[in-house]
Amino acid sequence: MAKVIKLRKGLDINLKGKAAKETASIGCPGEYALIPDDFCGLKPKVVVKEGDAVKAGDALFVDKLHPEVKFVSPVSGTVSLVERGDRRKLLSVRVQPDGKQEARQFDVKGDVKSLLLESGLFGFFRQRPYDVVANPEDAPKAIFVSAFNSMPLSQDFEYVLSGQEADFQAGITALSKLAKVYLGISARQTNAALTGAKDCEVNVFDGPAPAGNVGVQINHVSPVNKGEVVWTLGAEEVIFVGRLMNSGKVDLTRTVALAGSEVSAPKYYKMLVGQKLTTLIEGNVKVDGSRIINGNVMTGVKTCAEGFLGAHATEVNVIPEGDHADEMLGWIMPRFNTFSTHRSYFSWLFGKKKEYVLDARIKGGERHMIMSGEYDKVFPMDIYAGYLVKAIISGDIDRQEALGIYEVAPEDFAIAEFVDSSKLELQRIVREGLDILRKENA
Amino acid sequence: MNPIKKLFDNIHPYIEEGGKFHAFRSLVDGFETFAFVPNTTSRVGSVNIHDAIDSKRIMSLVVIALIPALLFGMYNVGYQNALATGHLADATFWSMFCYGFLAVLPKIIVSYAVGLGIEFTVAQWKNEEIQEGYLVSGIIIPMIVPVTCPLWMLAIAVAFSVILAKEIFGGTGMNIFNPALITRAFLFFSYPSAMTGDATVWVAQDTIFGLGYQATDAYTAATPLGEAAQAGFAGFAPETIQNAVTGLIPGCIGETSVIAIALGGLLLLWTGIASWKTMLSVFVGGAATGYLMQVLGLTHIQWYEQLVIGGFAFGAVFMATDPVTSCRTECGKYIYGLLIGFIAVLVRVLNPGYPEGMMLAILLMNLFASLIDYCFVQRNINMRAKRATVK
Repeated sequence: MAKVIKLRKGLDINLKGKAAKETASIGCPGEYALIPDDFCGLKPKVVVKEGDAVKAGDALFVDKLHPEVKFVSPVSGTVSLVERGDRRKLLSVRVQPDGKQEARQFDVKGDVKSLLLESGLFGFFRQRPYDVVANPEDAPKAIFVSAFNSMPLSQDFEYVLSGQEADFQAGITALSKLAKVYLGISARQTNAALTGAKDCEVNVFDGPAPAGNVGVQINHVSPVNKGEVVWTLGAEEVIFVGRLMNSGKVDLTRTVALAGSEVSAPKYYKMLVGQKLTTLIEGNVKVDGSRIINGNVMTGVKTCAEGFLGAHATEVNVIPEGDHADEMLGWIMPRFNTFSTHRSYFSWLFGKKKEYVLDARIKGGERHMIMSGEYDKVFPMDIYAGYLVKAIISGDIDRQEALGIYEVAPEDFAIAEFVDSSKLELQRIVREGLDILRKENA
Repeated sequence: MNPIKKLFDNIHPYIEEGGKFHAFRSLVDGFETFAFVPNTTSRVGSVNIHDAIDSKRIMSLVVIALIPALLFGMYNVGYQNALATGHLADATFWSMFCYGFLAVLPKIIVSYAVGLGIEFTVAQWKNEEIQEGYLVSGIIIPMIVPVTCPLWMLAIAVAFSVILAKEIFGGTGMNIFNPALITRAFLFFSYPSAMTGDATVWVAQDTIFGLGYQATDAYTAATPLGEAAQAGFAGFAPETIQNAVTGLIPGCIGETSVIAIALGGLLLLWTGIASWKTMLSVFVGGAATGYLMQVLGLTHIQWYEQLVIGGFAFGAVFMATDPVTSCRTECGKYIYGLLIGFIAVLVRVLNPGYPEGMMLAILLMNLFASLIDYCFVQRNINMRAKRATVK
């Protein structure tokens, strides 16, 4: 019987527009793009030229510091553009598909790590500390996979998993050859492929968001100490690994949830990593005055209808932008339709079932940290979140270490950032802190 | 488009950098953000949605919570004036309230004008938004001074505390001491005769615009605590305590009525702005120490009387719970509160110089709040260090 870990701290935000459990297909649009910025901490080096023919699974760019870590094309076709920005920074590598979807065949008999590196799937691994692309030279103490996402409007992995159980188990088995695998599942998940997963230790997490964050699970199962490294991999990315093990081919097909209040019929769509969002958005989304988010509403980045599906994005959320709301006297009005954890609003009166439409406004000015304990209420780790954020702001590296910065990723602060009455950009602060610390420790 | 919004949009070009009225940017911004929730949306790399709570709403709620005590304080000013001059029988409720209103209003205006003036200037100078913290301090300050406190003293004290206790540290959220208490402490030590003196300070003795009554001789009315500090005190009469609960006793403007303070306290607790841990601990600490002192025979004040007289209730509800200057760790809040209650009663009973100890207790604990937090945070750090294999 799996260990059940009960979490009390956190917050479930009930947003309108959850994806219905049905999957639709969309047409094959124009270009695909692999974007290096989706892989945090990566210094990319392009290995193709415009006009080169590539198959699915052929490298487009590699990590400059570890050239064996490859990032591969999701489709077969021709490299149409190597897009560069200021100071020749690589923005994306675009591939025009040929419609045949030929995939490179890999030999799955050999060493798992070299197979993952060669096939480009290792690029999806992230490591703690720093929440960056994993370093293949490290010997991680464990690999953590969270099989559920607790953030609002997120993908329901149990639904995505149905029909792909064999690939998932094959993926877990392959990972177990690299290090001990811990699988975190939700108390609400019943699929036997999750509850009875083999070659891994299954832990059940019962609690509100961010219980599905792998960082929270690591903290409760085997916290990252100084000098230790753990790797993390998204649950759907485990299926990528499984597909590779079972078929020898790289297949980066995701079942993406298109969700949010501005989506006419929220549901799931089969999409490839790097696929253009145009066909997904057209006809399904009210584009004017909306914010299209590549990824989750809590952690994703704003994109546009011409954007590309992010490498780690398991959902595309669409919410109102709200930049012309002109709401009067917010400091005193009852504002019945807005959601707040604070009792000076009335969301407590309407229960947990009411669904809210929230826009992208910050709804206040940035201030110093005034209220105490706000973060701790939604931060289910044995870390003083407020003190850690202060240590990062003041740039005190020793104190950051002492307070546990190695255990956290920006996404762990998403709920805290939501509830913060001082409106500090916690995820950005933590990201910058991790980047500086990584540079210092390099 | 909303006409008011349009007005602000039209003003904007003039207050931007290089505009004719750039010097008033912080002022206009301040009013605009009060009139409209800012339309700013979240940036890339941060969370896309936000809770509707912000520091404006929090501060406004604290001000609302203070209103019962303030209104009652105004009434009590009129009541004490009528009582002192022997006209209680012919004074009506409204005449007493209006008298108190007129006596207190100038203090509120001076407190806000001086404090907000400094805040606006600093915000303009630092090119930041105006912080709302002073909204609360600005209303608390007139409530914790005697009604006879001259306006010029108040103005100097407010300027001193806003500049030296708050802005110098970086503004609301960065201050170590509660600015309202620093104002009071400044007055207390700089102008002792106006703050306690010969006990003539607690009751307004002049007419205002024909309202109220002129005292013929200087009238002395000691607060119950002042009375307790005098030689030969053998315990309060039951009416004194009854009056302390309703608030019909001489004292600082807003501190007298336990009932009015309790109303505000309930609002703060319900909305979670004040920590129940701090508030409860202050009362528990005060009651326990009061009981101890009584058992040891050091005072004739009953332990429960300690909680209703003087500024104890007001301090516990509105000042000790200030989130910025109190402990930030949850366990620390208990210790912080208990020690405030303990020290406040200790000063009352054992120190012959100061009849009231609440202000000093909270200020002292403001200083120690970070130390208490340090212990709890250090425990977390040690736990993590113990777990680590690499040093």
